Amino acid sequence: MSEIYLNVAASDVRAAVSDLLEKGHRLSAAFAEDRLWAEGCFYVYNVFEQPDSVEYLLLRTLVSDRHPVFPSLAAEIPALNWQEREIQDWFGLIAEGHPNPRRVALHDNWPDVHPLRKDFAIDTVLPPFEGEQHVYRPTLGEGVFQIPVGPIHAGIIEPGHFNFAVAGEPILYLQLRMFYVHKGIEKRFEQLPVNPAVHLAESISGDSSFAHGVAFCQAIEQAAGVEIPERAKRMRTILLELERIYNHVADIGAIATDVGFVIANAHASRLREMILGLNEELTGNRLLRGMVCAGGVRRDWRWDQVEDLAAVLKTFEREFSDLMRIIETSDSTRDRLERTGILHPDKARDLGIVGVAGRASGVDRDVRRDHPYAAYGSVELRVPVYQEGDVLRRLQVRVDEIRQSLGVIRSVASARDHGPYRVSISPLPPDRCALSAVEGWRGEILHWIRTGPDNRLERCKIKDPSVNNWPALVEAVQGNIVPDFPVINKSFNLSYSGTDR
Amino acid sequence: MFKILRKTAQTGLVTIGYPDTPAQVSLRFRGAPRFDFPGWRDARAAAQACPTGAIAIRELGDTRQVTVDYGLCTYCGECADADPGAIQMTREWELAAIDRRNLVTTAEYAVAGDGIQCELRRVHHGYWPVEATSEELAQKVRDRIHSVLRRSLAIREVDAGSCNGCEVEITALNNPIYDLERLGIHFVASPRHADMLLVTGPVTRNMELALLKAYRATPDPKVVVAVGACGISGGIFGRNYATLGGVDQVVPVDVYIPGCPPRPHALLHGILLAVGRMAQKGIPQ
Repeated sequence: MSEIYLNVAASDVRAAVSDLLEKGHRLSAAFAEDRLWAEGCFYVYNVFEQPDSVEYLLLRTLVSDRHPVFPSLAAEIPALNWQEREIQDWFGLIAEGHPNPRRVALHDNWPDVHPLRKDFAIDTVLPPFEGEQHVYRPTLGEGVFQIPVGPIHAGIIEPGHFNFAVAGEPILYLQLRMFYVHKGIEKRFEQLPVNPAVHLAESISGDSSFAHGVAFCQAIEQAAGVEIPERAKRMRTILLELERIYNHVADIGAIATDVGFVIANAHASRLREMILGLNEELTGNRLLRGMVCAGGVRRDWRWDQVEDLAAVLKTFEREFSDLMRIIETSDSTRDRLERTGILHPDKARDLGIVGVAGRASGVDRDVRRDHPYAAYGSVELRVPVYQEGDVLRRLQVRVDEIRQSLGVIRSVASARDHGPYRVSISPLPPDRCALSAVEGWRGEILHWIRTGPDNRLERCKIKDPSVNNWPALVEAVQGNIVPDFPVINKSFNLSYSGTDR
Repeated sequence: MFKILRKTAQTGLVTIGYPDTPAQVSLRFRGAPRFDFPGWRDARAAAQACPTGAIAIRELGDTRQVTVDYGLCTYCGECADADPGAIQMTREWELAAIDRRNLVTTAEYAVAGDGIQCELRRVHHGYWPVEATSEELAQKVRDRIHSVLRRSLAIREVDAGSCNGCEVEITALNNPIYDLERLGIHFVASPRHADMLLVTGPVTRNMELALLKAYRATPDPKVVVAVGACGISGGIFGRNYATLGGVDQVVPVDVYIPGCPPRPHALLHGILLAVGRMAQKGIPQ
């Protein structure tokens, strides 16, 4: 996969974008970079997925230092709401015409700093924070009240703040406050040489270590102009699918738990453990860390490891069928999941929802099929798509995908597979740009890099699918009752760390 | 209903016996690295390969001080790849420690002109208490706390900035395999109900206040366990404008559990160590 760049003047962006949208392009990400010292300006990028092309299209707009303003498209493209505000916070550029230009990434109590500017040092010590982290829109009306939840939640999950406005049981609207776990990851990428940076990529979102690791390495390989060996592609494909399976089966169990069906979760978490054990057999780490590297993978597999893989998957498949029979024959479970937390297909399209949540709401997209990478070009993928958009369909997409993943692994795994699994990559020349896309288990992961001197990165933009999908949660909970929120939230299961970076 | 019962009967008992019986860990599990300090000729390659700075070098004239910090180590294996002669990945994971200094080894070498380490002058594994009296006092306080918390323990987990990797493994403690409740330990929803805070890091600036509030809300006596390389030291994120680097920068920590993330067995070991039900095993030597 490669990408196309199109330079567009700030005054022409609106016209260009509405033209692209009409042609069926989907906006995937927006980000900026500080090129002041090199070119005396900033750039703002809008990344589009093209309808009938494997290449992504990047619209690049120059923003001058003297007039640090870029035209906001958020009013026409709601998917840009947060991402444009992030550009404001990180770079101090102004999104002109944004309907809600408040801070999003930096909390309200942060001083006036722009951490991704080159003149901001990563180890800057900020003064102690004062005041409210965030001022929420008030909830007015008779009998209407607010329920604040978080940042620390009741379960073992990541932190974020949810503010529900409710009238009795039904939720009127939900305000989200994220970025509690902002760790300066994109800034940190600019400090590390390429090899250690792979490990940072693995720590963007813990349950998607391998997908983010692959996305990052693919970007490096593309910038270096290196093709990795076929065997490495197949190994990556197998591990990407194992990551999908262990997360999907855990989510199926968690959804069951949230409607009180804990025995299903006991079996599901046992099945997850089975895959985590397999991960360890194949890579030495349960979360598949320390395996991927720029140029391929770090370790080879012996024939007995591949035979293990086949044996474990066989047991898994049988047990998974048992699990689904238990869940599917439970009427009360179906009753709780069907027509709960509906995300209408129109809304999903407008908001640019990706991945599992998108496919459950009629969005027929999958990076594996639309922008093939690793060994996906050689496998047959039937992307499951449902129109109903409720919790049950988000569960069903996961079930279908697990079954499909088993097939993908079987079609690329062979014990008699030999050959190189890694090529060496010489230090990267500066100023190479590359965009890489991976279908993580949640959805579309994008990494965009610009290389710098000394085999370091000048900029690394990370787009986790969660960034696209949080607005879907806000949409899906409306009109549902508060006690259904946990199961609706779980059916999306978005990454806070991937969002906050 | 019948299907559920039949499945349960078919499945049988899956729970592990650890800590009463030794843990069954895959032969391919990549645990903490072991260093051949006397035979180590050049630590520079390994230090350069380490993504978190767990292997650090200080040059003092013709002396080289090498620090290996298991509190920063993610068991990634880059050092062993870079210097297979001196470094080996082991299958060790019971590294949890009650003192941050227990996780640090310092070695001092005489260095020749070409940067090769020609003589190991001394090596210092972990930390030995110097002042016996203060150590005794600390042990007494710990014993008192253990006597209260030893048998039944309520844990509140606090994600203070983790990538969610540690949470994947902490969640696993509740599954039928590790089944924390068999040990009288369970997770609770509020710090007010908790005896222990199990905290993952690196503590972000945005979570500092929430962590402090959770700590203050937890009734005494309480213990705090820092989980994973990030919870111990900030890990690969380190200390920057957005992170504080390690739970003990914000609240006092009783036990540190290395790993990235620590496997569920290692979490169990650390939790039991914190309430005096298991002993500290130390770093690989």
